[in-house]
Amino acid sequence: MSAENPEKNGSDGRVVLGTRGISKSFGAVQALKNVDFEVRSGEVVALIGDNGAGKSTFINAITGVFRPDRGDITFEGEPVRFESPHDARERGIETVYQDLAVAPQLDAVGNIFLGRERYRPGILGRLGLLDQPRMRRETEEQLAELNVRIRDLGKPLSTFSGGQRQGVAVARAVMWASKVVIMDEPTAALGVAQVEMVLDLIRRVRDTGIPVLFISHNMPHVFDVADRICVLRLGEMVTELDPKKNTTDDAVAAMTGAVRSRGGGAQ
Amino acid sequence: MTGPQTDPGQAPEQEAQPGRRLAGLSSVLIVGILVFLVAVFTILNGTAFLNFGNFVNIAVDASVLLLLGVGMTFVIITAGIDLSVGSVLVLSGVVGGQVMVALSGTSEQVQSYQFPNQAIGIPAGVAAGLLTGLVFGLFNGLLITRLKMPPFIVTLGTLGIGLGLAQILTGGTNVRFVPTAIQSQIGTKEFFGFLPVPVVISLVVAVIAGIVLAKCGFGRYTYAIGSNAEAARRVGIDVDRHLLKVYALSGLLAGLAGLLDLSRFNTTSIGAHTADNLASISAVVIGGTSLFGGIGTIIGSVVGTFIPAVLRNGFIIQGVQAFWQEVAVGVVLILAVFIDQRRRSAEERM
Repeated sequence: MSAENPEKNGSDGRVVLGTRGISKSFGAVQALKNVDFEVRSGEVVALIGDNGAGKSTFINAITGVFRPDRGDITFEGEPVRFESPHDARERGIETVYQDLAVAPQLDAVGNIFLGRERYRPGILGRLGLLDQPRMRRETEEQLAELNVRIRDLGKPLSTFSGGQRQGVAVARAVMWASKVVIMDEPTAALGVAQVEMVLDLIRRVRDTGIPVLFISHNMPHVFDVADRICVLRLGEMVTELDPKKNTTDDAVAAMTGAVRSRGGGAQ
Repeated sequence: MTGPQTDPGQAPEQEAQPGRRLAGLSSVLIVGILVFLVAVFTILNGTAFLNFGNFVNIAVDASVLLLLGVGMTFVIITAGIDLSVGSVLVLSGVVGGQVMVALSGTSEQVQSYQFPNQAIGIPAGVAAGLLTGLVFGLFNGLLITRLKMPPFIVTLGTLGIGLGLAQILTGGTNVRFVPTAIQSQIGTKEFFGFLPVPVVISLVVAVIAGIVLAKCGFGRYTYAIGSNAEAARRVGIDVDRHLLKVYALSGLLAGLAGLLDLSRFNTTSIGAHTADNLASISAVVIGGTSLFGGIGTIIGSVVGTFIPAVLRNGFIIQGVQAFWQEVAVGVVLILAVFIDQRRRSAEERM
């Protein structure tokens, strides 16, 4: 399972990121109970669940925001323990958090390269001088390749609408992810055209072989883009649905507990 | 799901306008105010105000405050504050002065203004003064980052500690018998006969700091932390470490300012700097740096430092009571913060 060119090798169904028996409690509240889950290369997995089902907790647990109380995480076939979101990011797992985590006073280039700044060659770079033209050029190239339009790369994000900021956060994740992209509610608060752009981006990332884990409330978006739908309810992975066979009603029933799981969730 | 915008490329251009116009306004406004003041005093006083010698006076007056303002700019961009700068300035001057006095000769020699060992005493005093500033800055930074205490409270505490220690060290009287060479060679020396050394030192520091803030990774992280510390943390920036450096820089520059002050007057001025913290905060905020963090420039702080200096100078030449300067600076400060707030709320509406 080790990495001989793990990128861009299409959907060979290899497990890229997996969890086994993940549990997490906050005081008396058990937010996650024995969650088994897998993301395989070249697929879009949707993770759905009602408010408080544990979706964001699960994302935080697997990306190093905090550590699960019990259970194992495997990454590319090996057990891992991410100490911080940065740690996960260094391994090629990029996350778009629900609260976006952009710096509104920096411009799009500054945000996209935040923590990954390019420095000028030679002595000037050693003195800490940024290579701003290069960062801008690389941003323009990558965005063009991803077919993402950003209004003005040189303006602070505080002058952008919420949807445009979302676009920058999503573009940043997609630009840097080499193994997995995780998106927590990326289409919430977006206009119709922007939703299309994000869903299209998700498909395009998937087609390069990089799996996407997509958390959403929005059933049409989920059924539109997902290859597999995993349902969390009250901290448990209750079932897995196939968007080609199941319907939105099935998903809502599983989320709310109107129907008990059939089959055993995701393994 | 049907948000107000329909096109991802260019959504609400018109909504974005007010914020941007105000942002532009504040930087144009401060330069405009400075130009306006110079023009008014020139019309009122002619060449008594508008001459090179007088401008040099203004620059010398502003040089100490400018050093504090440079450090303060970094601190405020991180959404912090440093109230201790005036005290650190005084303590650094006291420590530097006392080391110079102690090492430059015996007490009999220095009391008769003989400084046989000043070649050792002066550099040692300079080092001791800078070190004092640096240590206080690090202390501020450690309390803020390790104990998670608000910068306002931490630096209010070190303001008292610094001034108290300075008075304990001196018994409340200013340091006397400081080697006169530091005044003749630094404080009142002029390069090429017209460029005062304190002004050159301050401007060199300001230019370097301006480049670091605008063009270097250090500056980028400073803005990022003030803009959204959590976002900076998530991309792997060591936020605490960076804040420690920023407060250390502010302390170090306060130390340098203390030495500059010492060199100008050849003695300390313990009682004269109690309002320096507020004066430098005012200068920085007038210069367009946002107290909410994430926004600010060194050039703005330079202009913001010169507005009070020009006012004071102009009022003195005009024969107006200099106290009016404080009234005028207060008005400008309130105006600057008002504009900043409007800018922020215009942004948040989007």
